[in-house]
Amino acid sequence: MTTLSIRHLWKEYGEQVVLENVNLEIKDNEFVTLVGASGCGKTTFLRMLLGEERPTRGTFLIDGAPLPDEPGPDRGIVFQRYSVFPHLTVRENVLLGFEFEGAKLLGRLFGPKRRAALDQCDAMLQTVGLYEARDKYPAMLSGGMQQRLSIAQSVIRNPKILLLDEPFAALDPGLSADMHRLILRLWEDHKMNIFMVTHDLKEGFELGTRLLVFDKVRLDPQAPNAYGATITYDIPLGVTGKKLFKELAETTHRTERFVDSLAPA
Amino acid sequence: MRRIINLRPSTGSAVLLAALPFFLLLIAYLLGSSVRLAVNPEDKLLPAFATIGSAIQQYAIDPDPRTGEVLLWSDTAASLVRLGWGLAISAALGLVFGIVIGIVPYVRAGFSAFVAALSLIPPLAVLPILFIVFGLGELSKVVLIVIGITPFLIRDLALRAGEIPAEQMIKAQTLGASSWQLTLRVVLPQLLPRLLDSLRLSLGSAWLFLIAAEAIAAEAGLGYRIFLIRRYLAMDVILPYVLWITLIAFALDWLLRLTTRAAFPWYAGASK
Repeated sequence: MTTLSIRHLWKEYGEQVVLENVNLEIKDNEFVTLVGASGCGKTTFLRMLLGEERPTRGTFLIDGAPLPDEPGPDRGIVFQRYSVFPHLTVRENVLLGFEFEGAKLLGRLFGPKRRAALDQCDAMLQTVGLYEARDKYPAMLSGGMQQRLSIAQSVIRNPKILLLDEPFAALDPGLSADMHRLILRLWEDHKMNIFMVTHDLKEGFELGTRLLVFDKVRLDPQAPNAYGATITYDIPLGVTGKKLFKELAETTHRTERFVDSLAPA
Repeated sequence: MRRIINLRPSTGSAVLLAALPFFLLLIAYLLGSSVRLAVNPEDKLLPAFATIGSAIQQYAIDPDPRTGEVLLWSDTAASLVRLGWGLAISAALGLVFGIVIGIVPYVRAGFSAFVAALSLIPPLAVLPILFIVFGLGELSKVVLIVIGITPFLIRDLALRAGEIPAEQMIKAQTLGASSWQLTLRVVLPQLLPRLLDSLRLSLGSAWLFLIAAEAIAAEAGLGYRIFLIRRYLAMDVILPYVLWITLIAFALDWLLRLTTRAAFPWYAGASK
């Protein structure tokens, strides 16, 4: 049972306001997709969930307690790149979580404990379709397989929250349908909350129980950093339709163009 | 006619081209040697191959009449033991300090400037201090190698540790790793092949410091021998010794490369 409660959250870097006045209540077992133009604080929001960033003002509660100020095993993450360990085989990558948990001093499991953990790893590798590749090193895998591995590695620790930071953005478009099926299946099996940042509005529509749009409400060319982004749409699944899709595409595109126009040539 | 940068030799001609400079050097030596010996048969600067051959016989095959040892081998053993200790101690220090400086911000803030300053001290300038403090025995020679290459190893490994993607460090924490477990299972194994790479790069300096220390005070060693017989202008011994040192250095480099490839199969694939 995991709930999230965010009230009047602000995040600023010096003069620059990234997020302003974000309010959000998340129930148990939700699949939340976060979309929006670049520079609208989606990733900052994710980093706060991870414990890498602190809110400047406001409250950010997980199950009623303040968010820890560093990453921990209750919140798993899959990045766009670099989130598997190149020096470990596929199986060792998945085993690593068990070894961190069960062997505080050596970081390695031996004997029956290792065998029991490996059985669980192999079952997980079957689920994500990497069992045949279990003895390969990540460099020998395709990008899609590396992302499956990273997902398997995180999910096997049964995190309360799984964070996905544009996990499929670098992949072949043909692969994403497969990946979407996989992530939905894991979400049902493991009863966790998923937060997925995506650049792809369509992906945000297809997946999940809830779509959050991060956008800047005020675009001021004289003071572009003075106003931050906030959640402009909070849409439960099932209400999403063509008209809404078009509306969202237009508003985020407008902000994107605005941000681009400010970028030094 | 294509541009010269687009012309590539075939495998066979690449081998021939690689051998060519060695061959030319040999020819040049033979010519120079025979010209000088024709003018003065007593010339010592470019001895004939026969003279070098008998010197090799005397140093590498026949035992020394005074000590009963074959000098080349006892010299090689003495030098390699010093070099081995020097490299091993430097590698251990470099690894430990490099990792800690690379991943613990407080240690980095405290020590990275200090190590950078240390690495600027010319090691040969402190050699007299080493002789005074550690005496003229084996210890001062090993310490010179350690002082000479450890700062480089520390700085290089600290940089490499810092280059491990932040994503990996965060991922490991979300899998429940403590700082210690993270070091042991994520950072250390990824730095070991880097360490071997850095060691290969510092082999040249290690030899430099070894030979310098042996030249000044020693009773055996490859560097000691060539500086000893320099007094007699014994080029017929010095040249094979230099060649031998070069061969050993090449073999060590090759061995380290081979070890890297055999022990870290993931490394070649991951670093591309």
